[in-house]
Amino acid sequence: MAYDKFNILKSTAVPLPIENVDTDQIIPARFLKATERKGFGDNLFRDWRYHPDDTPKEHFVLNNPIYSGKILVGGKNFGSGSSREHAAWAIYDYGFRCVVSSFFADIFRGNCLNIGVLPVQVSAEFLQKIFEAIEADPKAKLEISLPDQSITILATGEKEQFDINGYKKDNMLNGFDDIDYLLNLKEEIRAFEKQAPL
Amino acid sequence: MSKTLFDKVWDSHVIKRIENGPEVLFIDRHLVHEVTSPVAFLGLKNRGIKVLHPERTFATADHNTPTRNQHLPVKDPLSANQLKALEQNAAEHGIPYWGLGHEKNGIVHVIGPENGITVPGATIVCGDSHTSTHGAFGAIAFGIGTSEVEMVLATQCIMQPKPKRMRINIHGELSRGVTPKDVALYIISRLTTSGATGYFVEYAGEVFRNMSMEGRMTVCNLSIEMGARGGMIAPDEKTFAYIKGREFTPKGAAWDKAMAYWKTLKSDEDAIFDKEVTFNGADIEPMITYGTNPGMGIGISHGIPQANMVEGGVATYKKSLEYMDFHEGENMLGKKIDFVFLGSCTNGRIEDFRAFAQIVKGHKKADNVTAWLVPGSHKVEAAIREEGLLDILEEAGFELREPGCSACLAMNDDKIPAGKYAVSTSNRNFEGRQGPGARTLLASPLVAAAAAITGKVTDPRELMTMETV
Ligand code: SF4
Repeated sequence: MAYDKFNILKSTAVPLPIENVDTDQIIPARFLKATERKGFGDNLFRDWRYHPDDTPKEHFVLNNPIYSGKILVGGKNFGSGSSREHAAWAIYDYGFRCVVSSFFADIFRGNCLNIGVLPVQVSAEFLQKIFEAIEADPKAKLEISLPDQSITILATGEKEQFDINGYKKDNMLNGFDDIDYLLNLKEEIRAFEKQAPL
Repeated sequence: MSKTLFDKVWDSHVIKRIENGPEVLFIDRHLVHEVTSPVAFLGLKNRGIKVLHPERTFATADHNTPTRNQHLPVKDPLSANQLKALEQNAAEHGIPYWGLGHEKNGIVHVIGPENGITVPGATIVCGDSHTSTHGAFGAIAFGIGTSEVEMVLATQCIMQPKPKRMRINIHGELSRGVTPKDVALYIISRLTTSGATGYFVEYAGEVFRNMSMEGRMTVCNLSIEMGARGGMIAPDEKTFAYIKGREFTPKGAAWDKAMAYWKTLKSDEDAIFDKEVTFNGADIEPMITYGTNPGMGIGISHGIPQANMVEGGVATYKKSLEYMDFHEGENMLGKKIDFVFLGSCTNGRIEDFRAFAQIVKGHKKADNVTAWLVPGSHKVEAAIREEGLLDILEEAGFELREPGCSACLAMNDDKIPAGKYAVSTSNRNFEGRQGPGARTLLASPLVAAAAAITGKVTDPRELMTMETV
């Protein structure tokens, strides 16, 4: 599925300074019963966000009106666990376009890139600085430039570069997806199959 | 140049390398289930294309299915809808579908090997992170997201950056009462849940050589819990004996040809790994987890570590113990439990039921324990009956349910209630994984059995008699 192009994003951010946020927290399994990609944002962080009777948990950051924005900033090892792409869908559907952490789980990172959410991996020190900046001012803005591969804390001007492979960068800048690319490789795939051992 | 096992299998499947980008990898076998596939099939429909290789694709229903009364219509309308969608998609694209009640139905990672879909040297993917299980046969197997499911359906290919290589060696012998599950939980506790992120792991050394195929599957299954893309073990005589004659494995001349290839599948003597770690089998005890990720495990006789002794943030650690209502320094032994779950793609195979039965034999289920015993497939279920294990289990007060993922992820009715403790042979103890508010202690089938008859966390070695192996 094609998605929005990503270029430069300037936004306030929502802080979630917890490590090992797994995809079962991002979207619990009981909400995976849909056969269409719709409405997952409502159940993003469901059990951290709501009590069993569906009333909001006041202390959870998504229920705190001070924080908002298109960037989610999480602790180390974000997105571990299940391969469910629904986790990335829920993040996107809620309105985030970028997740920042000091470390991402592999499958989650790949899923994000495939659906147009940019995972930005920063150093542990820079992550700390971001959390501090948001704590000092919940309206503090971050600027993420995909062309430059940089993230800046606008209040202080502190900046760090991040990695992304050239192919995925192009895809995100243009809103392309991998399937388009693969469908164009038909001939190569057919040739390969002829000599495949299994 | 010398190569690792992983390099040999990976490189032979690369169709194209994109500069400064991922590699295009050909996929030999694609396993599909009801939860992560509907949106992928919808994608094909929108593009107006068909599944390229239905004969390389296999579909089952497992995640979202009841474990009782499978012959009746599924009650939950959303689940029923998802199952119907898979049935229709499979029919439309000519994919074999083993739905509820089918003799080959079961958990996707149990039925793959059982039916000979899983073979050495293959690339295997599925929209489920525990696809790593199939690495036990010397295959490259890993979990993928739904966009990737769509890619594989459409083109039989996937785009992946090549992971780095790690080898985990365990030498020596395991002590009595120590199972493959304990080996895996031990490794994860040492490496942490992110310790192998970015790597593909090869397991090597005497401990894995001596392990049964079922045991190797348990270990490879849990590779993802330390962040690895997958894990694999070089195929050997045990592997070949296991797959020979199964429905989808090559036959006759094709078998001989495949064997010639499979015998080359091992790391060269001087192959270089990006990272290598070595443990001693004798250091491993029966394990149990006390926290909310699979890395938070300890030898069953040990106390819960102090926050400052563990890697990772103190705040995260305390939040985790608070969820479990456990405290630093406490002993796990003797803690009262409420539920026992034997099953999942980690420990839902016949060997796991044998292990469980040998401990409960001649005892009675504790009154305070609700036990869910869920075979990984109909074939496992049949073996449980044939081997007489069902009689042992029933005599001890247990009942057997029908196959599926069940309380491993609690998408169906098998949910552990909030605040209750479950000793579970599955693979994840995340908050709410087994139901909102549920508290999970991951352990082996032996530890689960000991808990089921004593009603508390118990060292299974205390219950092992001279006859038990
Ligand atoms: S048993 Fe659990 S881990 Fe295995 S496939 Fe089912 S849900 Fe996934």
